[in-house]
Amino acid sequence: MMNTATNAVVVENLEKRFGGFVAVNRVSFEVAKGEIFGFLGPNGAGKSTTIRMLCGILAPTAGRGVVAGYDIYTQSEKIKANIGYMSQKFSLYQDLTVEENINFYSGIYCIPAELKEERKNWVLEMAGLREHRRRPTALLSGGWKQRLALGCAILHQPPIVFLDEPTSGVDPISRRAFWDLIYDLSGRGVTVFVTTHYMDEAEYCDRLGLIYRGELVALGEPERLKRDLMAEDVLEVLCEHPETAMGEIEQLPGVKEAALFGRGLHVVATDGEAAAGEIGELLARSGRRIERIEKIVPSLEDVFVSLIEARDRAEQPQAEVKR
Amino acid sequence: MKIVRITAVARKEFLHVFRDYRSLMMAIAIPIMMLVLFGYALTLDVDNVPLAVWDQSGTAQSRDFIARFDGSRFFSVRGTVVNQREMDYTIDSGRALGVLVVPRDFAQKLAAGRAAEAQLIIDGSDSNTATIALNYAEAVVQGYSQNLVFQAIRRNGLPEPRQPLNVKPRVWFNEELESKNFIVPGLIAVLMMVIAALLTSLTIAREWEQGTMEQLIATPVKGPELILGKLIPYFAIGLFDVLLAVLMAEFVFHVPLRGSVLFLFSIAVIFLIGALSMGLVISINLKNQLLAAQFAMVATFLPSFLLSGFMFSIANMPHAIQVITYIVPARYFVTTLKGIYMKGVGPSVLFAEVVFLMIYSAIMFTIANVRFKKKLS
Ligand SMILES: Nc1ncnc2c1ncn2[C@@H]1O[C@H](COP(=O)(O)OP(=O)(O)O)[C@@H](O)[C@H]1O
Ligand SMILES: [Mg+2]
Repeated sequence: MMNTATNAVVVENLEKRFGGFVAVNRVSFEVAKGEIFGFLGPNGAGKSTTIRMLCGILAPTAGRGVVAGYDIYTQSEKIKANIGYMSQKFSLYQDLTVEENINFYSGIYCIPAELKEERKNWVLEMAGLREHRRRPTALLSGGWKQRLALGCAILHQPPIVFLDEPTSGVDPISRRAFWDLIYDLSGRGVTVFVTTHYMDEAEYCDRLGLIYRGELVALGEPERLKRDLMAEDVLEVLCEHPETAMGEIEQLPGVKEAALFGRGLHVVATDGEAAAGEIGELLARSGRRIERIEKIVPSLEDVFVSLIEARDRAEQPQAEVKR
Repeated sequence: MKIVRITAVARKEFLHVFRDYRSLMMAIAIPIMMLVLFGYALTLDVDNVPLAVWDQSGTAQSRDFIARFDGSRFFSVRGTVVNQREMDYTIDSGRALGVLVVPRDFAQKLAAGRAAEAQLIIDGSDSNTATIALNYAEAVVQGYSQNLVFQAIRRNGLPEPRQPLNVKPRVWFNEELESKNFIVPGLIAVLMMVIAALLTSLTIAREWEQGTMEQLIATPVKGPELILGKLIPYFAIGLFDVLLAVLMAEFVFHVPLRGSVLFLFSIAVIFLIGALSMGLVISINLKNQLLAAQFAMVATFLPSFLLSGFMFSIANMPHAIQVITYIVPARYFVTTLKGIYMKGVGPSVLFAEVVFLMIYSAIMFTIANVRFKKKLS
């Protein structure tokens, strides 16, 4: 049952194959109106492919999809009038000035003449480019370019925006500034569909989908994912020389994985209490000073790493059989 | 179809062209250069063929004979040789295209009323020029001997014979038989074909290569709006090129324009739409600037030069090739421009050509619109 009244995006078993290669493998999810939906996954996971299908610029192989109430197969032009899309690669005209790019998209979106100036000023203000309006776009810094691209994509004030890795390759300050803009849009009721491979950005989203090798492996609010999706416990271990302790800890029977995290270790174990005791003994035996061993709420990264590894383990035997 | 979108695309495209000196060069400088280069290089008139003479006779008669060659506009005597070795050298080194040899007994034979002989040795490596030079020589010799006959008759007090038949050929449309008069109009047609297709072959491929197309196809812009918008600036440039070419034909090559300028430009408008759309079709299909430009060059240059009737008369081609020429759009433009320039004819005579050009342009424009898809492949 597709609920398109309260959902901006509804996807059912959406699939994209490139020849024999499955880039997006029967994914299903919904994005509620007004939500910031994060699509998280490593490079090559299928984020861009999915977003392109939703924007009506790439024909799906199978499955269904409705965006802004329109079908992605038959009404892609209607979708295009109701969304803003910012592609992964910067795609404004580098030889045109900031203002010329805005004017061009203003024309393309048929902004009424009486609103043109106002919208242009709004975009210039938002992107912080008022002083640089006559600069060739090629000369702008990465952060400015991204904000201008966003501005050009929302000149027509669409109810949904699709942002494909909008902050990749820009400095942390600009990333923050860009997320402020995303919150700002969301505050106005705009649905934001954003892909990223930054974990910290994932935390900013209302809901997340984790995509890995074309498959949707997790879906939900960040808090819920952290609480529910991790079968194992995560311990934070702060001790002397964590880098050498890591290997020894991993050898312990109940421990699945140990990884450096901040100035300590994150240890994934089936039974947290038991493992904590064993780790304490092990560290005491080797004479390392222990600051803290504590069960913690896993970070998103912990959750995703464990999900992805579980999937890899499950898939490996299959892959070998196939060969 | 929204005018606002078309003008937005057209304005942006204009900015691209004017910001990029290479595209401006291609649009303006290259057509001028090619017109000058080919205009001079392809002019087929053979004038002042350089000759050397080997005057073995050394008499008043032989000098008179040689003066006949030198005095004609076809030959100019550049030097003398006195033996076989020098003669060979003169031709081998290219100092002269031919050597006129007047034998020792030239004057004696003339005096005796016998047929005198002279020898013209011509460098045949450029057979075209050699043939023309030989024909000129024949004309000069004929004039000379006719003169001798008349002199002899007059000397003997006989009445001058009336020539039984006096053929005076009159050439229509190009009375001076100057090749530039038909080369230049054809050249304008051929160059416009190449330039127009080349101009637009880059524009859509560039957007695919730079990624700007992905952004554009995610907007509500319609294919025909984008295509029309992209055609407008190049259409303006193309018309400007035609104007430049017509002005150069007038003031640089002094080719008389007999027909209507208005008709000429109307035809140019129809032709440009087709040729520019063809460039777009190439660009849309190849999505790669380098490939598209190369393809546009090959697809327009060779057929337009070889099969349009510009260089080689279509009537003299093998039948199979003649059939192919019907699908070479430049053929119709070449015929039209030559007709307008040399014969001063208008739409009533060139009706078929005009219709063919219209069909060609309509087809190309339609293909561009149909082939352009707002989807990634
Ligand atoms: N046009 C295409 N043809 C063939 N393979 C493609 C094409 N586009 C993407 N892929 C492949 O599909 C997979 C997913 O790509 P993409 O959606 O771009 O990943 P992401 O955006 O998550 O980094 C990658 O392995 C990529 O190589
Ligand atoms: Mg991507």
